[in-house]
Amino acid sequence: MQMERFRYDNAIVRNFIVASILWGTVGFLVGLWVALELIFPQLNFELPFLTFGRLRALHTNAVIFAFVGNAMFGGIYYSLQRLLKARMASDLLSAIHFWGWQLIIVAAAITLPMGITSSKEYAELEWPIDIAIALVWVAFGVNMISTIIKRRERHLYVAIWFYIATFVTVAVLHIFNSLELPVSLFKSYSVYAGVQDALVQWWYGHNAVAFFLTTPILGLMYYFLPKAANRPVYSYRLSIIHFWALIFLYIWAGPHHLLYSALPDWAQSLGTVFSVMLIAPSWGGMINGLLTLRGAWDKVRESVVLKFFVVSVTAYGMSTFEGPMLSLKNINAIAHFTDWIPAHVHIGTLGWNGFLIFGMIYWLMPKIYRTSLFSDKMANAHFWIGTLGILFWALPMYVAGFTQSLMWKDFNPDGTLAYGNFLETVTQLIPMYALRALGGTLYIVGMVLLIINVVRTVRSGELLREEEAEAPALERAYAGHKGEHWHRWIERKPLQMTFWSLVVILIGGIIEIVPTILIKSNIPTIASVKPYTALELEGRDIYIREGCNACHSQMVRPFRSEVVRYDPVHQQYSMAGEYVYDHPHLWGSKRTGPDLHREGGKYPHSWHYNHMWDPTSMSPGSLMPRYTWLYSANGRDASLNTSLTEKKLKAMVQLGVPYTEEYIANWEEELNMQAKSIADELNKDPNIKVQPREEIVALIAYLQRLGTDIKKEPALALNQP
Amino acid sequence: MMKYAKASMETIAGIEIFPLISLGIFFAFFLAVGWYVLRADKRHFRKMSEMPIDANETTHS
Ligand code: HEC
Repeated sequence: MQMERFRYDNAIVRNFIVASILWGTVGFLVGLWVALELIFPQLNFELPFLTFGRLRALHTNAVIFAFVGNAMFGGIYYSLQRLLKARMASDLLSAIHFWGWQLIIVAAAITLPMGITSSKEYAELEWPIDIAIALVWVAFGVNMISTIIKRRERHLYVAIWFYIATFVTVAVLHIFNSLELPVSLFKSYSVYAGVQDALVQWWYGHNAVAFFLTTPILGLMYYFLPKAANRPVYSYRLSIIHFWALIFLYIWAGPHHLLYSALPDWAQSLGTVFSVMLIAPSWGGMINGLLTLRGAWDKVRESVVLKFFVVSVTAYGMSTFEGPMLSLKNINAIAHFTDWIPAHVHIGTLGWNGFLIFGMIYWLMPKIYRTSLFSDKMANAHFWIGTLGILFWALPMYVAGFTQSLMWKDFNPDGTLAYGNFLETVTQLIPMYALRALGGTLYIVGMVLLIINVVRTVRSGELLREEEAEAPALERAYAGHKGEHWHRWIERKPLQMTFWSLVVILIGGIIEIVPTILIKSNIPTIASVKPYTALELEGRDIYIREGCNACHSQMVRPFRSEVVRYDPVHQQYSMAGEYVYDHPHLWGSKRTGPDLHREGGKYPHSWHYNHMWDPTSMSPGSLMPRYTWLYSANGRDASLNTSLTEKKLKAMVQLGVPYTEEYIANWEEELNMQAKSIADELNKDPNIKVQPREEIVALIAYLQRLGTDIKKEPALALNQP
Repeated sequence: MMKYAKASMETIAGIEIFPLISLGIFFAFFLAVGWYVLRADKRHFRKMSEMPIDANETTHS
């Protein structure tokens, strides 16, 4: 047989790994910073770009897309070439992929702290960056699929299926979730509103976890774990079932993020059912990974790489058990909006993703640098400190989650809330937040050890940029053999594989989303719900810019404990029809502060004025940051920028919000009038001097509007849970 | 087209049945994959599972 000689590209692998380590460190540090801000709110130094709401998005984006993203690309480029016995199809595409991705990360690191955000979780980047992401993603996909097409190995190993599913699904998710109408280069509105926006968002959000943080990592597991253990995966059969079941089921589970929300019931139930079914393939995968090491546990004791993998796969098992549990309505009722959720997420990211990546790095860097790891001892220290870090991160957060949830729901015998002041339920958690910050610090110390170890390793070797290899060419005319099974036929055909993965995930997406968007009866209209005024719309955009939704929900769930707390007079939970003009929705996912959906009218304007200037003045001990830059004071000019207001109103009209032509023609007068009435009211207080056109006035207008429409609806006033 | 789809979907009674239908599709598909996996040739799987290990590579340490 004719042998062909070719070379593997190791430089691209190295580049991605180095980028992952660099951005990962930055992402972790930002995470630690925001964790500390919850203990010491002063740490924002009254600088907008250091404030919690903005930095939290930077942290999540950095660890998901920069740390895990770069590492996964590095691992894919390494394993793909070897599994296919082929060099990446195009060096140019590899380079475009690498540099394009880094540019996107830089763009994110600049725009997010500036408050340029779409506010949709894990998809905060504005539309020009969204387009860049789509292009770079396509470069990656074309490069990968072309490589698969020119391969020298007939069958596609299961890891590659996971890579293909990742590429296809993330592309679909990203495009549909990012459909937005630009108002300017840095501002756009989601084309979906309210409930629909929330459903699309969590269909995306959940599957970003599934197809960005899970399927590619599973692919890496199926390659690097057998590789490091030098034995094949426990059951290849199981891996096939694992693959199909996972991509089939995952795509449906998104609504479990919206239980007890205003989402239609059938969609919620769907989310629960599919989430519970997900345990099966997930645990199948975990068992497959762990059993690969059966009878080789002595190897685990010796190999730090395998140790990292074992903890990683175990963390995968833990979080995929916990996920379905959290999808059960009664557990969700307790856990949702609390610190339980970050705990769950961090078992997944720090444990499952982080440790798999660390193991991979310790295995891979010495390989491509043709040397051995500088210090096994140091890597072992990293392993133990990192594990401790995860525990210190997660355990206090479980305690915090339970504590807060119980306090929220605690009633006195006379039917009043035991902790009527939300703040009491917050200050209680601060010691837990401190322990969490300690956990994060330990994890970062581990990362520092990794950096030292990798740098020393790299110095002791030399990068083998181009690795020689040889393999026989594939006969082109292979026709399969008679009676060949259909599945093996798919395994040989990458394009078919891609196509079928696409079909599988589209079925789930379409059946879940299309009815919610099309069926009118899903969102009963409420006559008294009217569009925001121009001033309120601008105030809402300030809310989005500052990322208030990182700490505040706008979704009163149908529990007695919630309606009594948030709407004591009418006791009305949030209805789907209240959100029809919300492009995008701002339901939030975490209640570090109280829900704000019924905030309007709760306090006088001056309360908000003082509270936003210094929350502790109104709520002693509050950990909400100060927002002094919304005030024209101390030489700062905080005039409301209305240069886009008209365009914004017109964009809303295009999206179906019924502003009249007359309103749009007179928006400025209307805005001035409303601003003046708020400012006049505020200026009655001898300690306040405010101009109508300050940003704080617009924000107050928005806060005071929240939830007031529904109170005008007599028919609904009795709607109690 | 979209309009037509929209109009008819708004009136479909019990659209909730859709998810059930797709659940059925799944089930059928899983049976098929399960059937394949159980019956398929063991040697083929063994060969497949050894792919990461024997990938031709310059070994060094
Ligand atoms: C770091 C988390 C955090 C961020 C970010 C945050 N808040 Fe808060 N917020 C809180 C906490 C905690 C409380 C409860 C204690 C208090 O009243 O200050 C609170 C309370 C409030 C209240 C009073 C609610 C009530 O009914 O008593 C309002 C209004 C409010 N926040 C508005 C905002 C706005 C507007 C933003 C964005 C500009 C924002 N918050 C950003 C944590 C946060």
